[in-house]
Amino acid sequence: MLTKPRPIRLKGRSFLALSLAPELPFEDWLAGLDDLAARSAGFFLRRPVVLDISGLDIKKAELRTLVDELSQRNVRVMGLEGARHSLLGPDMPPAMNDGRPASDFDPSAEDESDEANESVAAQDALAVETIEAAGPSVQVTGSLVVTEPVRSGQSVFFPEGDVTIIGSVASGAEIVAGGSIHVYGTLRGRALAGTTGNGSARIFCRKLEAEMMAIDGFYLTAEDMEPDLRGRAVQVWLEGHALKTGILS
Amino acid sequence: MGKVIVVTSGKGGVGKTTSSAALGAALAQNGDKVVVVDFDVGLRNLDLVMGAERRVVYDLVNVIQGEAKLTQALIRDKRVETLYLLPASQTRDKDNLTPEGVEKVVASLKKAFDWVICDSPAGIERGATLAMRHADIAIVVTNPEVSSVRDSDRIIGLLDSKTLKAENGERMEKHLLLTRYDSTRAERGDMLKVDDVLEILSIPLLGIIPESMDVLRASNLGSPVTLADENSAPSRAYFDAVRRLRGEALPVTVPGERRSFFGKLFGRKAA
Repeated sequence: MLTKPRPIRLKGRSFLALSLAPELPFEDWLAGLDDLAARSAGFFLRRPVVLDISGLDIKKAELRTLVDELSQRNVRVMGLEGARHSLLGPDMPPAMNDGRPASDFDPSAEDESDEANESVAAQDALAVETIEAAGPSVQVTGSLVVTEPVRSGQSVFFPEGDVTIIGSVASGAEIVAGGSIHVYGTLRGRALAGTTGNGSARIFCRKLEAEMMAIDGFYLTAEDMEPDLRGRAVQVWLEGHALKTGILS
Repeated sequence: MGKVIVVTSGKGGVGKTTSSAALGAALAQNGDKVVVVDFDVGLRNLDLVMGAERRVVYDLVNVIQGEAKLTQALIRDKRVETLYLLPASQTRDKDNLTPEGVEKVVASLKKAFDWVICDSPAGIERGATLAMRHADIAIVVTNPEVSSVRDSDRIIGLLDSKTLKAENGERMEKHLLLTRYDSTRAERGDMLKVDDVLEILSIPLLGIIPESMDVLRASNLGSPVTLADENSAPSRAYFDAVRRLRGEALPVTVPGERRSFFGKLFGRKAA
């Protein structure tokens, strides 16, 4: 029996994670981490932690040991930043990129007192406060102008606002914007507009050959696009729960 | 100081090695000192295409690991005396290429040669990124079909981000070399048109090399096509590409356009 399925919503969202940068040799670094954990029990509990291993010359086995060592300490690594391809695999945390820096977080400086439980709770609260203060404030007002073609495999990520591309977006490239997306060239890759929940965002392109377009999580794949739109100047907007397309004359 | 050219593509089998050898031989015939370096460690082919496979003693990995001097590993071509080959190792793998080692070898080659041509392996991994790392000029070899064009686009993105020039905030000079262009298939619409490829990749065109049996024949003979038969269509296209590389403003002609004109005439007669 065929019923109209509910559309699946894909949304881009940014979360704040703690980024841990281990240093070689790992034994010494883990000892330092143990020392920190001893002074503030449960520090890493329930916190999303991304392991920043860029620039480290390590082998996959060493990385696996490190991840295991960390999980024994209740540090659950949700992703790897700056990992070489050879270090990744299905048994490893997923690769993460596009991380944007927030202010440095130095728990040791804030943790001088020895009073056990009370100070831990206070420290924990302080930590949460610090994180929120340092978090990126997403304001859909900014704009980003890219004057180069966006090549296959490249990703332009700008949750703060509109993205304008002066050039083409190649097949296999991706534009993710909090606001609208304007492409003054051919859009062959993917365009995801309004990803921070902005349903009034639109996508404009001079020539439509897109693989996928989405606004606020509602998407349209190449197969679902009307064939007569191909190669035309097109705008896409959201009406209710459906994407609407129109030719720009 | 010589210029370092990387010949790259992303996709395999599009003609990087053939083009490296042909361009190297064409550049050397003007008396410039040229070295062609094979970066495809583990799957070397350049020595075969240049007809030097029986003369390989030391290779790039030996030089990088300090087991041989650069002068011991360089092989001088028997036909053009200013053309040299630095072969890759067939028995090692690409992990033996270290960034420091490659930097050292390229730096000393730059001092001794007018042109250093780095024949990149396929892919976007270590071998390919190290081959492009120190380049001044990139030649992106592309076939007129969608998968090759998309891979080339990916490589252009890497050329603009992962090379020393890009990291220093400079712009890498990039050229498109369209190879295996088949005019009859283009007429039938089986292949991407030249304009479509240029529109997608948006980098300047260095030349169009026609698909030709001459290229295969030359490779099997162990001779760069620009040495085997200087007057064949692909040879002439490579020589023109070299003139453009030297800065000459030479218009690019699409091969077969004249032939298609005669083809039409012929077709009309037959009908």
